[in-house]
Amino acid sequence: MKPKNGGRTSTVTSRGRREWEETTLRPGLGKKPERKKEFTTVSSLPIERLYSAEDLKGWDPAARLGFPGEPPFTRGIHPTMYRGRLWTMRQFAGFGSAEDTNRRFHYLLDHGQTGLSVAFDLPTLMGRDSDDPQAEGEVGREGVAIDTLADMEVLFKGIPLDRVSTSMTINAPAAVILAMYLAVAEKQGVSLEQLEGTVQNDILKEYIAQKEWIYPPAPSLRIITDMVAFCTSRVPKWNTISISGYHIREAGSTAAQELAFTLADGIGYVQSCVDAGLDVDEFAPRLSFFFNSHNDFFEEVAKLRAARRVWCAVMRDRFHAKSPRSWVLRTHVQTAGCSLTAQQPINNVVRVTLQALAAVMGGTQSLHTNALDETLALPTEDSARIALRTQQIIAEESGVANTVDPLAGSYFVEALTDRMEQEAWDIIRRIDEMGGIVPAIEQGYPQREIAEAAYLYQRQIDSGEKCVVGVNRYTEGDTQKAATLKIGAEVEPGQVARLKDIRGSRDQERHAKALKRLEQVARTRENLMPAILDAVRAYASVGEICAVLKSVFGAYREGRVSL
Amino acid sequence: MSPEPEKKVRLLVGKVGLDGHDRGAKIIARALRDAGFEVIYTGLHQTPEMVVATALQEDVDGIGLSLLSGAHNTIFPKILRLLGEKEGSDIVVFGGGIIPEEDIPTLKGAGVRQVFTPGASTREVVDWVRANVPPRRR
Repeated sequence: MKPKNGGRTSTVTSRGRREWEETTLRPGLGKKPERKKEFTTVSSLPIERLYSAEDLKGWDPAARLGFPGEPPFTRGIHPTMYRGRLWTMRQFAGFGSAEDTNRRFHYLLDHGQTGLSVAFDLPTLMGRDSDDPQAEGEVGREGVAIDTLADMEVLFKGIPLDRVSTSMTINAPAAVILAMYLAVAEKQGVSLEQLEGTVQNDILKEYIAQKEWIYPPAPSLRIITDMVAFCTSRVPKWNTISISGYHIREAGSTAAQELAFTLADGIGYVQSCVDAGLDVDEFAPRLSFFFNSHNDFFEEVAKLRAARRVWCAVMRDRFHAKSPRSWVLRTHVQTAGCSLTAQQPINNVVRVTLQALAAVMGGTQSLHTNALDETLALPTEDSARIALRTQQIIAEESGVANTVDPLAGSYFVEALTDRMEQEAWDIIRRIDEMGGIVPAIEQGYPQREIAEAAYLYQRQIDSGEKCVVGVNRYTEGDTQKAATLKIGAEVEPGQVARLKDIRGSRDQERHAKALKRLEQVARTRENLMPAILDAVRAYASVGEICAVLKSVFGAYREGRVSL
Repeated sequence: MSPEPEKKVRLLVGKVGLDGHDRGAKIIARALRDAGFEVIYTGLHQTPEMVVATALQEDVDGIGLSLLSGAHNTIFPKILRLLGEKEGSDIVVFGGGIIPEEDIPTLKGAGVRQVFTPGASTREVVDWVRANVPPRRR
């Protein structure tokens, strides 16, 4: 339909914003003042009343946006994005014993999930066996308990590893768990070249946010570069590091801090690998990212678009990568666990939907949607299914996957994307001045900034300045109860007994020899992966292997935590 | 009740076990400190034995534990038992984190005085501590 007043559009542009403010805005405000003085994102970034062409003065779409699948990848990393292939729906799952989790994997695959994602329990994440005194009460609670290759064989029973891609959220002991996965593939007769998947393997964000560490930074980075070198030649389709902002955000950072610290971690890894003599274009295409998607819709979209732009510049200009595949930031996104509420938990489905939508509008490659009960316990089968269905509805019903980067060109979205990029560069420069991310971590810089942001946010919620529906506004006396998943009391003794069994029945000589060899390799500069793989094949446990490495590398201790 | 008690109440805020989620513990510790209490934060990865030893050494009046690992049913009773053995049973133990509603009665039965679940405001915690953690008789 043609507009009635054909000349109006040109009048609007030439008249300009100031005139609109005088003739229309001011009388409007006089009659009806705005709801509050200042509008901000969930991260307290100020948001203007109106974004217009003036906010994008000198903004060059060719340089800032480009086209999808081309630098700087603002519009996405594939030319057709979700028209070609939808994002991978990858729900994180793991609890109890390997049998329990294997059952959940089969359930999720049967319901249309397209990739696996393994959650390990805390003892495994910390490189400790189920019978370690420190593991008491934690075996199988927050994820699946894995001690030896025998557990891993059960975990993937009936799942051909050449037919699924598997993401494993494991960091300090990542090399051990990856070695176990490779050993399972060998047993299934699947060649390593065929394996697709990811290990998180991001130790820097552990020091910053999640705090599941074993060794100090320098030997940790050595293990990581060894694994990157090994995979580059032997497991070429494996994503070697999933550089993660998710946990940084969960620890309370702002969106811009999440973006900046994550990219700074990425810079740290690339620098370590380059320093170890690896060719940047050989390993960089296998690095991937993992971001959080919180409540503030546009801030999240802008963050993901800015992330691709900054990383492209980092890889091209700082590390002089030649291959465009090295410039691409591929990412997984998980909706924000910390945004969910225990009060009126059904409301969490709505939060997750909006957060997932932001991730899709931001161009993610894969997505985990949290279950509505995750602030209470691990998800039940029902809540896990609703979370998956949420993605399927966005993908198949909402229409948002029909075109590439649908929000591009919005004055607001582009201005906010630029702002996020600017904020990220400012923090990255500051970290550069400190000598890089490792010295910055040692000085406690990211940790302090995050704690500060977390405290501020909590105060804003406590004072009502920021609204959380059901918590500080629209509260109800009675909390709606959600059924929660119970981890049986038998899991821990069962797992301990199983480990004892393996310890008794394995080839003792082969086991002792493999651990001895591992210790020797750790003392040299030789690549650690083959020795770890041999130890795993000899049914050495996660705790035993990590203990050997700790005896050579030492243990990490956090410095004094200032409140 | 006067806002500044004559004798400052001393509190230990602790993270026990392998759980690294310290956002809540640090926020609560800081909020309690800002509210005028003396607060000691243990840092991460403490054992129940370490927490009890620190509590006695620092002569605290209350211990607040943050647990998001699902190990609350093991760790709280253990700490209470150790406190009893070491003549610290008058130290008020409270906590918070990812703790399912149905576990709370058992924890309270074991001697945990209060459990705060997600969504609790720092003010609620501060008010509760003010009302329920008196200085110990020394």
